[in-house]
Amino acid sequence: MSEPTAVELTGITKRFPGVVANDDVHLRVAEGEIHAVVGENGAGKSTLMKILYGMLPPDEGTMAVGGDDVRFTSPAEAIAAGIGMVHQHFMLADNLTVLENVILGAEPRRRGTIDRAAARSSIKALGASYGLDLHPDDLVETLEVGERQRVEIIKVLYRGARVLILDEPTAVLVPQEVEELFRNLRELKAQGHTIIFIDHKLEEVLTIADTITVLRQGRTVATVDADGVTAQELAELMIGSDLPSPSVAPHVTDDHVTLSVSGVSVVGDDGREVLTDIDLTIHRGEILGIAGVEGNGQVELVEALLGLRALAAGGITLEGESIGDWPVRRRREAGIGYVPEDRHRRGLLLDAPLWENAMLGHQTSRPFARGPLIDRPGARGVTQQIVDQFDVRTPGINTTAQALSGGNQQKLLIGREMIAEPRLLVAAHPTRGIDVGAQAAVWDRLRRARADGLAVLLVSADLHELIGLADRLLVMLGGRIVADLDPATTTPRLLGSHMTGAGRPGADTTASGPPDDPPGAESSP
Amino acid sequence: MTSRRILMALAAPVSAFVFSVLISSVVLLAVGTSPIAAWAELLSFGTRLETLVETGNRATPLYLAGIAVAVGFRMNLFNIGVEGQYILGALLAASAGAAVNLPAPLHVLLILVVAMTVAATFSGLAGYLKVTRGVHEVISTIMLNAIALSMVGYLMRTWLSDPEDTSLNLKTPEIPESGRFPNLNGLVEAFTRDIKGGRELGGFLLVAVLVGILFHLFLTRTRAGYDLRITGLNPFAAEASGVDPKATVLRAMLLSGAVAGLVGMPEILGDDFKFDLSFTKGLGFAGIAVALIGRNHPAGIAVGALLFGWLDSAAPILDVRGDAPREIVSILQGVVVLTAVVAYEVVSRVRRAQEARDAATASARSDAGGTP
Repeated sequence: MSEPTAVELTGITKRFPGVVANDDVHLRVAEGEIHAVVGENGAGKSTLMKILYGMLPPDEGTMAVGGDDVRFTSPAEAIAAGIGMVHQHFMLADNLTVLENVILGAEPRRRGTIDRAAARSSIKALGASYGLDLHPDDLVETLEVGERQRVEIIKVLYRGARVLILDEPTAVLVPQEVEELFRNLRELKAQGHTIIFIDHKLEEVLTIADTITVLRQGRTVATVDADGVTAQELAELMIGSDLPSPSVAPHVTDDHVTLSVSGVSVVGDDGREVLTDIDLTIHRGEILGIAGVEGNGQVELVEALLGLRALAAGGITLEGESIGDWPVRRRREAGIGYVPEDRHRRGLLLDAPLWENAMLGHQTSRPFARGPLIDRPGARGVTQQIVDQFDVRTPGINTTAQALSGGNQQKLLIGREMIAEPRLLVAAHPTRGIDVGAQAAVWDRLRRARADGLAVLLVSADLHELIGLADRLLVMLGGRIVADLDPATTTPRLLGSHMTGAGRPGADTTASGPPDDPPGAESSP
Repeated sequence: MTSRRILMALAAPVSAFVFSVLISSVVLLAVGTSPIAAWAELLSFGTRLETLVETGNRATPLYLAGIAVAVGFRMNLFNIGVEGQYILGALLAASAGAAVNLPAPLHVLLILVVAMTVAATFSGLAGYLKVTRGVHEVISTIMLNAIALSMVGYLMRTWLSDPEDTSLNLKTPEIPESGRFPNLNGLVEAFTRDIKGGRELGGFLLVAVLVGILFHLFLTRTRAGYDLRITGLNPFAAEASGVDPKATVLRAMLLSGAVAGLVGMPEILGDDFKFDLSFTKGLGFAGIAVALIGRNHPAGIAVGALLFGWLDSAAPILDVRGDAPREIVSILQGVVVLTAVVAYEVVSRVRRAQEARDAATASARSDAGGTP
């Protein structure tokens, strides 16, 4: 490569007690390129970026920025050297404006006061030159996810960054927003910025990156040109073995109805309707996918099914029994399994041993309990079974859940729901934040359980997961079901347009359109 | 592996002990006392049989108060109202006990049931307010403490005091012989020597031990105890697992109050046989400190209660001999609470980090060996 080097990491090693997070990692990023760093969760991407951004000191190895050796002890020094980071979880103050967020901590001053005029003009200039469309005086809490991300990027540019690190920037975006982001990144690149892009969605990486470095188990496996590699080859580099085939065996569901939801409405804490007139049916042996931009009623739907939220109207029937007014425990005993979207909040007791976590949600039934007493040997036996069958990597079943990595926590959680052989599994984002290997294992489990007659409600933000697993797909927008799609004929793009409301006639991107248009009816009103 | 686990288990109490001795020594130095002489004095006086008997007597109600507080703490409920609950319970139980004549075991049982019911009702009020009106239990139990003490004053003056007593010290009539709890002197003296000075080791000690064992079994072996514990660990996950949060709050408050009702019983059943104005107060608040020292664990609370009881009964010797003012006891107790809380927190962080490393190693090992 002829371009001068923007950033070079040489022989970086970072050990945590018992683990080598980075083992002799080499990364050379040329000036003005988009360089993707890919790898499974736990491959060491985040550690490497934290070292580059001055959040962690390396144990061994050297770093150079623009040809000069550097050694950062804090992010402030990295920023001074022209390196900026856009975190996966935005670090914005909701109740401040865009302008205030951007200048926070780097306020331009004039005679002891903040020089808002100077700030406003430089933000406008930045926005205009990079095509980052923002109004400086909007409150951040009114912005959509994609816009918030732009605020983060401007924040970094405002501090004079020439090298931008983006940590899984597309994880929170819908396809249309991803395209917008990529346009912005190309613009930045055109003006000479260097971008380091962390991701594990390979299609995206191939679309945007010039060069790709693959990490596996803390080591650099390869640095390749994006033009000379396929997604399949990249994936094999990442996991180090041939990929499990994602193809779906043809599947026939029977017509026995496991779950039927009719006319369900739910009112939120603030008194507004968060679910409106939901009708859906799941048959035995069927996976029903729920797509939608987050915050459009998926959480409320899941909680209404579990009994965590009261119904304002409508009814729920499980195996012919009306369960709409049953408490949570009775529903779980009737065979509803639950994989919560936030496993730390709803799914685990982080400070309790694994075997007590394995009981959670099943503590009233055998083999976990006998009458009013807990059956400790029984509970421990099942836990060991879950650990063995679901490949939970742990020193033992007395280890507390907080000690496990996210993927292993999720495997334990899925294991405990599956081993109880539920009739209906309500799974929200079952593979979020876990690595490719664990993801494939979860999918495999779901398919096998479906073959045995399990009905699944699958809420996911991963459109490939939805299309690949679901037998039918519903799209939620503004608390309603706005489309009923056949995954066999659906593309992520089409799904994305339904999710944002763009696919519906006469509707713009807000949720205010007519609710019950038959999906796919393209005639305009 | 196991030796390391034992080391970790011992690290917190040992370091708490060492630090509290060190800090207390500094305090003693500051008041002009030689710490070495003071500790020697404490040890020699504190190991006399009579001091140990006194320690047991003082530790018994402290232990019960600690358990009562811990029942709430285990699910993040702060029952600050143990104080009012046990005092009100003791008054009504003493009156009820004096008003009837029953065969011995039944008579004692009746008194206990009255005390527990009254105290549980009172703490149940706080639970009810929390689940129906969202009133935080810290606020309501503090208010209810004031109400309980006012009620005690009112009831003593108007209804429950002994009509035949003309002295200024208001008191309830005495409980007859059949309603009293035997002491353990015979048992202790069989193993040691005669206890001097007319001291008695109260039999309620055994009840306290039994309550501790039952509490432990409840928490670790019953479904209800599991539901209570997981609600404390993660209320959202508990709710999703089928625990009814409101019912659990109410149940925990009732249980905490019922145990609180026992706090005043050693004094009523084994010592005074009546409720009067000199009835011991402050045990409910001391129970909070004892539960903190004991990390809400029945065995730890026992250590805390015995330590507090021992300091209460042994440390006044410093005052008697002119080594240090009697307030030094309160300072020592405060130091112990602080060092215990800090030491446990530090050790638990170290332990969590250690576990995470073990899990990462286990994961890496099976990566290297196991996957195809």
